[in-house]
Amino acid sequence: MQFFQRLGASTRTSFTKLGRATYFLLQTLSGILSVLPRPRLLMNQLFSVGVLSFLIITISGLFVGMVLGLQGFYILSDFGAEESLGIMVAASLVRELGPVVTALLFAGRAGSALTAEIGLMKATEQLSGMEMMAIDPIRRIISPRFLAGFISMPLLASLFSAIGIIGGQLVGTGLLGVDDGAYWSQMQNQIDFYDDIINGVIKSIIFGFVTSWIALFEGYDAIPTSEGVSRATTRTVVNSAFSILGLDFILTALMFGDD
Amino acid sequence: MQHTATQDTLVGLFVAAGIAGLFFLALQVSNLSSFGDKDTYTVTASFESSGGLKVKSAVSAAGVKIGKVTDIRFDPKTYQSVVSMAIETKYNTLPEDTTASIFTAGLLGEQYVNLEPGGSEDVLKNGSKIDITQSAIILEKVIGQFLFKSAEEKAQGDKKE
Repeated sequence: MQFFQRLGASTRTSFTKLGRATYFLLQTLSGILSVLPRPRLLMNQLFSVGVLSFLIITISGLFVGMVLGLQGFYILSDFGAEESLGIMVAASLVRELGPVVTALLFAGRAGSALTAEIGLMKATEQLSGMEMMAIDPIRRIISPRFLAGFISMPLLASLFSAIGIIGGQLVGTGLLGVDDGAYWSQMQNQIDFYDDIINGVIKSIIFGFVTSWIALFEGYDAIPTSEGVSRATTRTVVNSAFSILGLDFILTALMFGDD
Repeated sequence: MQHTATQDTLVGLFVAAGIAGLFFLALQVSNLSSFGDKDTYTVTASFESSGGLKVKSAVSAAGVKIGKVTDIRFDPKTYQSVVSMAIETKYNTLPEDTTASIFTAGLLGEQYVNLEPGGSEDVLKNGSKIDITQSAIILEKVIGQFLFKSAEEKAQGDKKE
């Protein structure tokens, strides 16, 4: 009996949390319009969310591309198809690894920071302080951060893919002796702008939306104690990773199903 | 406000780098630059078999890509495969008796249409039909013929002895 009681209770809490998260999202989205007249708020957040993630994204992109170049070369040379290295590196980066790895890194680098920041603001009663001064913390604090995450994500993902492809080229043509012309021309023949690149960008926009939503909501919904904030930070990273990978499967099935 | 200015610059650089990455993907990685909205004209050709040819496969002449396959259909009257190709307008001097053949790039590569110009004075126009065609080589058929032939030769050799 006690088992069913606990099951019921956990169902109820997860549903109320989902409801709170949806309500929070609607409030955040309606707050975005009031961010536009104050670009300074957005700039600050673009700096801390985007610019500070820049280094980790570019370096990881370079190394992921280089590893793809190496592994791809070893596998493809078994079939005598080293010339297809370019298309393999580019397709895996543009379609999958670019958006997904960027989103995972983004959740770890920027998402956790957002949760901790907002959780601490709540714990130190800065958010209630703002409400006392008739400033809506959602509009002032949450919406600019959400918008910044939403804007940064596709930029970071494009950068990741571009740097990864250059990394693959460095290893493939510089180190392993794949023909430079074949690397690029096979890639250009096979990668379609709309089917591959635009779909990759759409993926990263969706991931940016979800990751920012989770990070901000967990911070806003955190129990205002040090332990609560630390748990919320962990939940941000775990939940973001789950949502990104799950959504990625669904999006891939929808986007690349036909061909 | 020195601090704000630096921050603005860094944000600006970040956004510029992101957009540059996207442009790089669009122009250097994808086929957007090679076939944007260039003017093309369409010609068709009927093949006995179009093999593994696909829509968007390359159409080339003398090894240079000059167009792409836009449509492949089965003609229920002639039982042939009708391939439509969009060729860039700047290559409008292909003679009417051009030969279209389906080749494979490398042993495992993609199939593409190769156009070999003939000697006619008249040129291909929008909606023209290429009459001289050579079908795709289907590897299974070739291997089958080869095996059959070598078996036959062996049988004849056995008889002579």
